[in-house]
Amino acid sequence: MTGSRSGSLPRYILQRVLLVIPMIWVILTLVFIVLRVAPGDPVSAALGGKLNDEALDQRRTALGFNDPLIQQYWDYLSSVVRLDFGTTFSDNQKVLEVVRDNGGATLSLTLAAFVIALLLGIPLGLVAGRYRDTVPDVVIRVFGILTYAAPIFFVGFLLQAYVAKPLGLPTSGAAGVETVFYMERDGLNKTHVLLFDVFLSGNSYYIEDVLKHLLLPALTLGLLICGVFIRLVRVNILQTMQSDYVEAAEARGISTSKVTRRHAFRNALVPVITVIGLQFALLLGGAVLTESTFNWPGLGQRLVEYINDRDYVAVQGIVTVFAIAVVLISLLVDIVNALIDPRVRY
Amino acid sequence: MRKFLKILAKPFTETAGLARWMLVIGLAITAVFVILAIFAPLLAPYGFAQASADGVKFPKAGAPSGDHWFGTDRLFFDVLSRVIWGARTAIEVVILSIVICVAVGVPLGLVSGYYGGWVDRILVLIMDAMFAFPSFLLAIVFSFLLTGLLGGTVLAVALSLSAIYVPQYFRVVRNTTVSAKEAAYVEAARAIGASDFVIMRRYLFGNVVQSVPVLGTLNAADAILTLAGLGFLGLGIQSTDAAEWGHDLNRALADAGSGIWWTGLYPGLAIVLLVTGLTLVGEGLNETINPTLRRRRLLPVVMSGPAAREER
Amino acid sequence: MEPAISMEASSTDPVISARDVRVWYGTTRGAIRAVDGVSFDIAPGETLGLVGESGCGKSTLGRGLMGLLPPGAKRDGEVWFDGKDVLSMRPKDAYRLRGVELGMIFQEPLTRLNPLLRISDHFEETIKQHDPGLSKDEIKQRALDALRQMGIPPTRYRSYPHEFSGGMRQRLMIALALVLKPAFIVADEPTTALDVLVEAQIVQILNDLRRNFRTSLLLITHNVGIVAEACDRVAVMYAGRIVEQGRVADVFENPQHPYTRELLRSTISLRTTGLNFIPGSPPDLVDPPDGCRFHPRCPEAMAVCATKNPINIERPTGGRVECWLVGPQEEIPEGGTRPLKQEELAVADEA
Repeated sequence: MTGSRSGSLPRYILQRVLLVIPMIWVILTLVFIVLRVAPGDPVSAALGGKLNDEALDQRRTALGFNDPLIQQYWDYLSSVVRLDFGTTFSDNQKVLEVVRDNGGATLSLTLAAFVIALLLGIPLGLVAGRYRDTVPDVVIRVFGILTYAAPIFFVGFLLQAYVAKPLGLPTSGAAGVETVFYMERDGLNKTHVLLFDVFLSGNSYYIEDVLKHLLLPALTLGLLICGVFIRLVRVNILQTMQSDYVEAAEARGISTSKVTRRHAFRNALVPVITVIGLQFALLLGGAVLTESTFNWPGLGQRLVEYINDRDYVAVQGIVTVFAIAVVLISLLVDIVNALIDPRVRY
Repeated sequence: MRKFLKILAKPFTETAGLARWMLVIGLAITAVFVILAIFAPLLAPYGFAQASADGVKFPKAGAPSGDHWFGTDRLFFDVLSRVIWGARTAIEVVILSIVICVAVGVPLGLVSGYYGGWVDRILVLIMDAMFAFPSFLLAIVFSFLLTGLLGGTVLAVALSLSAIYVPQYFRVVRNTTVSAKEAAYVEAARAIGASDFVIMRRYLFGNVVQSVPVLGTLNAADAILTLAGLGFLGLGIQSTDAAEWGHDLNRALADAGSGIWWTGLYPGLAIVLLVTGLTLVGEGLNETINPTLRRRRLLPVVMSGPAAREER
Repeated sequence: MEPAISMEASSTDPVISARDVRVWYGTTRGAIRAVDGVSFDIAPGETLGLVGESGCGKSTLGRGLMGLLPPGAKRDGEVWFDGKDVLSMRPKDAYRLRGVELGMIFQEPLTRLNPLLRISDHFEETIKQHDPGLSKDEIKQRALDALRQMGIPPTRYRSYPHEFSGGMRQRLMIALALVLKPAFIVADEPTTALDVLVEAQIVQILNDLRRNFRTSLLLITHNVGIVAEACDRVAVMYAGRIVEQGRVADVFENPQHPYTRELLRSTISLRTTGLNFIPGSPPDLVDPPDGCRFHPRCPEAMAVCATKNPINIERPTGGRVECWLVGPQEEIPEGGTRPLKQEELAVADEA
């Protein structure tokens, strides 16, 4: 009986995976065009004042910037396929190593922010949609608009100025100096994600230290997306509450609370999952600002540093990694969506 | 003219209660900032990069006082003046970027939707890829390039913002064009031998351009935030060229721990207020236009008794 | 058909009886009087057909009886069911009645089932709501019985709604309504969205209902043919009022109200040689015409029709009708019987 359905799910996933390849290709091409074809030459931009013209030209040839564009394009694509994103100018590091060392901090920040946003946004959105045009709805909507309207760094500023001190919370970095030092000395950096490593180490001092550092940045970033969730869930609730099957369920005498819970809420949350994929892009953009505000040692922070150093290779590499991450996340979201909603597979 | 006023008033007449209040409050807030922007030279007590008046130097990071209502910052600038001048920068950048978006997105969308074929397919692919890209990162990359070329000017930042929003205009205009070109009056125009250019300009443009104001309002709020974000990262306009709220907040962040709250609070509040105002306008418009969200204005039903009906 | 039984039953012990029911919607222009003073009775096992053009208040009346109305609507009057007035009940009690005692079948079966829930979930939820004590097996047994009666095999019990065709889904909806064995069902145009062959099946199913379950049915339709086939009595609705009601054979053979006559004439049958239609369209229900609401379109309108509300009287052969042509003569003022001039109408129409 379920044979036909389970047969179509792998096919849907395969189709979706195959679609990712042209998408990534287009994005890589865009990144290449914007950063290589556009005027301004990476070598002189980064090392302009430090070397003479001859030395600059040597560096350019060595790095392939004097090759024809089509050759550079091919080199870029083939190196990305080999997961080689180049070596930075300013501090001579492999981009992939930069991603490994700093990506973990970004990952734990975005994950924590995401959890906070879901925990706050979905219940608030459900309440606002269910009790439309009442006082809770107005309060929640104003809150939703404010969380969207307040820039990350302003929320960060307010938290640092008014909350951090009284509560004794740190406002800079992902962990205290001691934690970082001892974790590294004892070889506890197994996953390169500090948040996971401290839990693996089982040391409650480290765990507390890391969570304390995480709280304010994650809250700041989480509030940004929570507004989006509130708005989304609310609108979907309004639409499903007006749907024909909700009226039919009411006609069968299903109690209001059950209709809301089983018919309106559940159905309203399905489209939300789709849009979560898009929110991830917003989350990454917000992460750059949050990391800058709280001096968080993540990829966004490094990106800003490399931008200030005008390091084209590093910027191109990190941007490429971000773009691929976004595409893969949206793939994941689509697959999860297909597992939940039986109609998607057809 | 009356018809035009009627269309303008539509969001008011067709909404009730909350939606109407949101729209009115949003418009009022936005109007205040537009007035601040236009009359900044008259309203601001000092210039945005003025560190002294009448030969007297301003205090460094001075607390709010009678001379400086919002205090002064570490560069000796008057915070109130910078907040007011900041409104001008913000509105200049937003208007400029919307103009660029319309100038680029609308013709591209028209041509792409009208002719179809491989041009259309390639443009859609590129725009979709840009749309999928994290928008703030896109703005960062573009401003990284453009500030290198043009310096930290209003134009450079406006262009970077346009890069985010052009795909949205393109998408809306293209889809409207695709559906509008099948309409009977366009077929008729083609049948009497109107050229493609005439059809696009006279028949499709009017149809397509209606969706621009809503999109513009919704994007304006986002544009203010992006502008401030770029400024905060130091990628936007330099403080001596113009007053920019995001950049001021960046400098204020160092003060947060030392009890100097006024340098960050006021520019931050300005951003929150303006973005809230624009969002309220956008949401209000959206509720009127999107029929699934709209709750029609209902007058209370007064039922006359059965006896009254018989008398009639 | 057993008209004698149903007629007697309706006069003695009706399942549901509506008295002067009104449902008005508020809008910016004023109240829409979708249902404006409607009374009828339905006996056990009887099917009442409710016919009329689109937009005359049929569906609103059906939903009003169930207590399902959009926000902004107001109800008035009495609907007596089992010794209680449904309209003045607390919402909680109305919920308890819905499903078990009052069932509803909708027009669009495609959108009435929750796409994320299996058919089994729909049944379990419905049965559990009203019979919380039942075991899982008993629930399943009852659901499968209801499905079997509708000709749906038990193997499809765990399927999702989108795996069924339109006709199957309407049968599912009927099974869902029947599983609780309600005494009274409102069927709101149950066949309009379906093709002709499926329509015949569904009509047959509805026909069997009253025989097998003694369920009373209010069958809302704009198809006069279905009424002739599946109903015991018929109520003709125009602009929020029931203008004529009585036994189907009686009303169709000898229509008293000009609207009923026109409605029957505009029905296509094998003998049809040309198409008949009623000129004009139903009136604006915010500001309905004075007097009889049909008078602007009525071919036999008299002077009195435009000024005085017609009075609800007994039909000569049983049932009720409200039309000045039928009477009562003594209420018509002097000169009221002269024909209404059509030019006046045209002018009034344009104004």
